[in-house]
Amino acid sequence: MAQDTTFTEEQAAPERAVEHDVDDPRRAKRFLFLRNGKALTGLGILLFFGILAVVGPWIAPYDPNQVSADLLQPPSWSHWLGTDHTGRDILSQIVVGTRGVLVVGLIAGVSATVLGVIVGVTAGFIGGMGDETLSALSNVFLVIPQLPLIIIIAGQLPTAGGVTVALVIGITGWAWGARVMRAQTLSLRKRDFVEAARANGERTWRLVLAEVLPNLTAIIAAGFVGTVTFAVMSQVTLAFIGITPVSDWNWGTILFWAQNNLALQRGAWWWFVPAGLCIALLGMALTLVNFGIDEFVNPRLRSTGMNARLLRRRRIRPRIGFTPVLRTPPDGRPDVGTTARTTRKERS
Amino acid sequence: MTASTLDVPAPSGAVGEPVLEIENLSVDYGYTDDATHVLRDVSLTLHRGEVLGLAGESGCGKSTLAYAATRLLPPPGLITSGSVHFTGRDGQRTDVLRQSDAELRASRWQDTAIVFQGAMNSLNPVYRIGRQIADGILAHRPGMRRKEAWDQAASLLEMVGINADRLRDFPHQLSGGMRQRVMIAMALALDPQVLIMDEPTTALDVVMQRQIVEEIADLRERLGFSVVFITHDVSLLIEIADRIAIMYAGDIVEDAGAQDVYRRPRHPYSAALLHSFPPLRGERRELTGIPGSPPDMQKMPPGCPFAPRCAHATDVCRQVRPVLGPTALADRGGREAERSVACHLHDADLEGIDGTLPTDLAR
Amino acid sequence: MRFAVRRTIFYLITAWAAVTINFLIPRLMPGDPVTALMGRMQGRIDSNAEESIRVLFGLDTDASVWQQYVDYWGLLLRGDLGLSFTFFPTPVSEIVQQALPWTIGLVGVATIISFTLGTGIGVAIGWRRGTWADALLPITTFFSAVPYFWLGLIAITVFSVTLGWFPSSGSYDRGLVPTWSWEFVGSVIYYGFLPALTVVLSSIAGWILGMRNMLVTVSSEDYVTVAHAKGLPERRVMVGYAARNAILPQVSNFALSLGFVVGGTLIMEMVFSYQGIGYTLFQAVNTQDYPLMQGCFLVITLAVLGANIIADFVYAALDPRARQEG
Repeated sequence: MAQDTTFTEEQAAPERAVEHDVDDPRRAKRFLFLRNGKALTGLGILLFFGILAVVGPWIAPYDPNQVSADLLQPPSWSHWLGTDHTGRDILSQIVVGTRGVLVVGLIAGVSATVLGVIVGVTAGFIGGMGDETLSALSNVFLVIPQLPLIIIIAGQLPTAGGVTVALVIGITGWAWGARVMRAQTLSLRKRDFVEAARANGERTWRLVLAEVLPNLTAIIAAGFVGTVTFAVMSQVTLAFIGITPVSDWNWGTILFWAQNNLALQRGAWWWFVPAGLCIALLGMALTLVNFGIDEFVNPRLRSTGMNARLLRRRRIRPRIGFTPVLRTPPDGRPDVGTTARTTRKERS
Repeated sequence: MTASTLDVPAPSGAVGEPVLEIENLSVDYGYTDDATHVLRDVSLTLHRGEVLGLAGESGCGKSTLAYAATRLLPPPGLITSGSVHFTGRDGQRTDVLRQSDAELRASRWQDTAIVFQGAMNSLNPVYRIGRQIADGILAHRPGMRRKEAWDQAASLLEMVGINADRLRDFPHQLSGGMRQRVMIAMALALDPQVLIMDEPTTALDVVMQRQIVEEIADLRERLGFSVVFITHDVSLLIEIADRIAIMYAGDIVEDAGAQDVYRRPRHPYSAALLHSFPPLRGERRELTGIPGSPPDMQKMPPGCPFAPRCAHATDVCRQVRPVLGPTALADRGGREAERSVACHLHDADLEGIDGTLPTDLAR
Repeated sequence: MRFAVRRTIFYLITAWAAVTINFLIPRLMPGDPVTALMGRMQGRIDSNAEESIRVLFGLDTDASVWQQYVDYWGLLLRGDLGLSFTFFPTPVSEIVQQALPWTIGLVGVATIISFTLGTGIGVAIGWRRGTWADALLPITTFFSAVPYFWLGLIAITVFSVTLGWFPSSGSYDRGLVPTWSWEFVGSVIYYGFLPALTVVLSSIAGWILGMRNMLVTVSSEDYVTVAHAKGLPERRVMVGYAARNAILPQVSNFALSLGFVVGGTLIMEMVFSYQGIGYTLFQAVNTQDYPLMQGCFLVITLAVLGANIIADFVYAALDPRARQEG
């Protein structure tokens, strides 16, 4: 998954830049994540879709399958997002379809993450031949194009309903997470506290559960979010090309009907634009959450107090290689917060 | 402070004249109002041909001082005030902090070169070391041919004791000690007047440390540059440095000749720091750590930052921040008059200070 | 040459795994759709072709699984992928052979353009952190979240239905005879422009973000600070030190996400009815043409493997540490 590219072995290594001489402000780490604007926006959008998925069928103005005489109507007061070629209400299709999208995304995300954690942590922890084999396995799964694989599996299944598709996506999509997890476990395994626990005769499974997994939380979360994104995209794509049952409403199904009934040629933009925007919005929310996690894990990506407007006002351009110098106003030194100190020479 | 901070152009390249004068340098981490003040009004002068040691526990600001003085401090570092004057061989005195990007770029490596901490990460892993030495030369010698620069790189390598056919090696093909030598060769490529060495030996084993330190001493003898040697290893500094500045929590607390600091520390922190390292020569003594830990730079106490850990702290220490000034024994004259210390114990004018130093600070 | 040996072994294993997955899928599926289809085709398939389909889909229940596997490999090595049901009685290998160059031309070229351009933009944004360039990030985030095929739909609506600048489907003017003439090549480029543009637009965001993050990370490495300390021109520091190192993980990520990217871009062929492998796969799925589906998957996987090998060569050329022996 291209958006996950920040997690590589190089980066998983702990920060060791030039000696800064000062630690980052020791703030409560947990709240740092929630203070991140990007992550917060993403979570907000996710919450919105989550609520929609739960209450969707009750608040939808129409039954999404109910045909009517209003054929291919543009948006109006009675049909906010217009109707399709058989007069079905598109807004209702989107609202009802939200659940299908989220459920598949969640199931696929959970199953792929669980598989990824098991394979990745095991590989990273046992080392040796077992590691080689498991790494090779996940690399094989990474190289084999997932979407065509999912297509031929789903295409040969007699019925490819939501849960089936979710499981197929989960079974084929765990490799990236496993790779990242393995790299992180490897670096964790060499750290002192794990070594110490091992020297104390701690059992391996306890070591993994108590010492390793808690330190992987952020990476696991990022992997989960990435997989959910991939699962949503895959499922919508499968629905769009008509592999999953076209009677199960999700955003891809709407696009399937639109594409097959020449919505493009008829200029019926309301048919395919809103569903696509919903997918994009959901995808963006997930990406934003992942950015938040990224910046949480990799402090170099964080913009420490870099409020662009404030910097411009103080004429600071933060960059590497040329430390900004605060220009002194002509009336004297700016207050840097130190109490005024007279030198002893002056006094004596 | 010595008297050399006066604004007088130095005669060209004379030994003992100031080459780098840092005055009232203040540095923040962060750009907002709640930024951490990591350096406050630090002043330090490096003289021509001198090896100045900068020591202190990690996190005390010694590296920050060096990087800020060269404007290499990475974000979110911000220089809030002060000046850094460099005096060239021609006696030209410039404020590094007021130079434009182009001027700064042109003067870098010619005037001041740096050997970074951890040579492993200081070399670009994808370029041959010859190319990395040569591109620094070529950047400052427009019109020079690549071949000439490589020849020069070869002789630089030979100078630090590496066979010239290593030029075509990549950094990962060299050992740690060799990489550090390459860094030194690279730093000396343009015959700089100031060489800043940031923990150059920390990552090396003891034998290699010794070789490198001797190498530096020898090269300085031959080439006559000045060195700022940053380390937390005070015993190493006593070997190599002419003068030592001890830093604590973003301040210089003592500045004196190396042997003076070693034999007659005047600041309680210097004394404590010296007692936490085994002496290289001389009588054995008991090693003692320093109780407590350095203060959180975010929440600095109002008085002396060392007061909470200091055995001699008084009420005034906890309220007023001391500044660098002459020692209480300055009347002794000679070298004693040239040293400075930031400690209230040396200031008899203050309330609660009787002017007599504790015995371990009055040797 | 340990690197080369390791990689070769890896690719052999991957190729073997892809073939084996292809062998297993129809055998693990519940039900037997192929038998039903064979029934419908009764009498129209000659016995020879029937035999290979039986081997490909495991219809010979008397033979042991191992025997089936050996026979399967035998067929593949002879290049026999069975007959297509839809385009009966054309062999699958022939259809795939016709479709593959179109895919490599469209998806290959577009992916390379996207990678190169995205990496360049990523460097520019990452180097100028905290300036206006950061404003590009939300836009790229949006594009990275849009499904590829939907962007295709929008592109068709805007550029071919509304503006009428480009054709909405096909890969060349059907009135022309495929030859190496300027007219034909021009037509191919004209028809391919819109799908290629969509592929670039939808995949470029990932490369931009990946490179930007790598560059930000690499920029705080010591050797970049050393380059600044040496007083090198800013361009040299950015290109020779920061970007030159940041591109290494970018290239290995390129190899790894190729499967993902290619999967997405194949959908684009479906949207544009572009006669490549993706469109063929789409047709095969819709008509339940199982031999053709299997053949397409195998060829796509092998093509991605091939691209991976090329990416590996590039990586080895860029990173001296990877070339090191032992």
